[in-house]
Amino acid sequence: MQFLSGISLGQFIPGESLLHRLDPRCKITATFILLSGLFMASKIPDFAFWGIFLLSLSAMSGIPLGIILRSARPVLFLVAFTAALNAFWTPGREVFRAGFLSVTIEGLVMAFEMGMRLVFLVMFASMLMMTTSPMAFSDGLERLLSPLAKVGFPASEMAVMMTIALRFIPTLFEETDRILKAQISRGADFESGGLLKRARSFIPVLIPLFILVFQRAENLAVAMESRCYVPGMPRTRLNPLVWTKNDTGAILGLLAFISAVILFDRFALKSFIIL
Amino acid sequence: MDRNPIFSLRGVEYTYPGASSPALRGLDLEISEGEWVALVGANGSGKSTMAKICNALLIPTQGHCFVMGCDTRDEALVPAIRRSVALVFQNPDDQIVASIVEEDVAFGPENLGLPSPEIRRRVDRSLELAGLTALRRSGSFSLSGGQKQRLALAGALALEPAALLLDESASMLDPEGRLSFLSCLGSLKRSGMTIVQITHRMEEAIQSDRVVVIDSGRAVWDGSPGDFFDGEYEKWSFEEPPGIALYRELLARGLLPGGTLPDADSMLDALCL
Ligand SMILES: Nc1ncnc2c1ncn2[C@@H]1O[C@H](COP(=O)(O)OP(=O)(O)O)[C@@H](O)[C@H]1O
Ligand SMILES: [Mg+2]
Repeated sequence: MQFLSGISLGQFIPGESLLHRLDPRCKITATFILLSGLFMASKIPDFAFWGIFLLSLSAMSGIPLGIILRSARPVLFLVAFTAALNAFWTPGREVFRAGFLSVTIEGLVMAFEMGMRLVFLVMFASMLMMTTSPMAFSDGLERLLSPLAKVGFPASEMAVMMTIALRFIPTLFEETDRILKAQISRGADFESGGLLKRARSFIPVLIPLFILVFQRAENLAVAMESRCYVPGMPRTRLNPLVWTKNDTGAILGLLAFISAVILFDRFALKSFIIL
Repeated sequence: MDRNPIFSLRGVEYTYPGASSPALRGLDLEISEGEWVALVGANGSGKSTMAKICNALLIPTQGHCFVMGCDTRDEALVPAIRRSVALVFQNPDDQIVASIVEEDVAFGPENLGLPSPEIRRRVDRSLELAGLTALRRSGSFSLSGGQKQRLALAGALALEPAALLLDESASMLDPEGRLSFLSCLGSLKRSGMTIVQITHRMEEAIQSDRVVVIDSGRAVWDGSPGDFFDGEYEKWSFEEPPGIALYRELLARGLLPGGTLPDADSMLDALCL
């Protein structure tokens, strides 16, 4: 039984596509622009555009749509929860009533919009992580934050820390899986009982996991030191970041697309208003 | 011996902070340029501690450790020491920093502040030596155990060290992975690299030039692999490698010429291994 397989959680998927090759600074900036756009235009018809955009990202990156969709799985519970809250609590025209709870059209629309917004947010953010190696990502972030380094912000140390944190994600899953299996082979039961009982049954998994991860982190720190890493010392790069025409093009193209979606949202939608 | 000493340990003692008894108790050892030394000893005898002393990760509480003439106590010399002796640990998962093979190999040279073309040259060369060129753009964590260990080796080689310290680096590998790892060490040795190989597997000691036995934090025996397997290893209750057992058995039955154990190569030749 593989418990945690299928959780992709936006792990890096090595590749040589156009998206993979874009400068990480470009991809980080673009993600911020994209997410702001998503928040400015999230009426139901707008999601047709966001959907098409996601499809084209999938095509450009060579990452199958299924994997991108699956990256939203960890937030589905949150989505369902906020959607339910919105559906019941938004005042307006009632569709049906169950006891004291009343569901309104406005509530359903709001629930859909909020839910989709969250799902797309996670999928777009995952696209960034899936096409950018942790090393490139932290390099990019370090460079974007470098103005802050002048006022004493440890941008370089933070970048190395981030590389390692991201690096540990696969280890974390492997180890959790291993411990879960070991506990199950000793008769532990993670699948029956109420929420509280199930949560409690995970304590014997979490404690060895934390001990193990701290041990591994300690070992890694020693190994890094022996590989001449000195925190705060200037480092050079195998692949220094180079901003190319493609990066400028990507940002400009994205800005044009987002402006079009926002214009559609503000003007076109108003003229043939349905809701 | 007129070759340059790489490691000189003089009466090295080391006690871990908070530990009641010392891990090393007056270790004396001299290792020269180009040697391949197998360091053997029971669990807890102090082998890993010694490796960390030799890389200036630990500083002796008593005595001195000189690496190519530099005292590890001198903090100003520590960067130079780390650059000239590279350490490879037992578990490759504990030493892989980056998620892409070539990015990980580059980690050491990047820390040295080398220009990009020089880093590229070192990465290419180290990947070549470790036989990982075809996997350069792969994810480090999708590699097999043997490939991961060779990646850790490539990461160490990218520092272009004069000596390699291997702390049970082949112990987690399957027989095939171990064989490819050892043959990789063999070619490094021929290119003049000094190799200190910590191991508790006797068959790894066969290929070395010299065996040193560590017991309770001291070097208690020092000699050739031939002499070691000719009776010495029994005193330290190590298990006999299958090849040696076979050779000894054939010798006892008069099926092989000679009366004593020869060196590794002629032994392997005689057994047609
Ligand atoms: N971090 C540590 N803290 C305290 N004691 C340690 C530590 N690491 C090793 N030791 C002790 O030092 C001794 C030598 O350990 P080590 O050098 O790891 O031996 P070996 O590698 O030969 O198995 C052992 O008794 C071990 O328990
Ligand atoms: Mg050890």
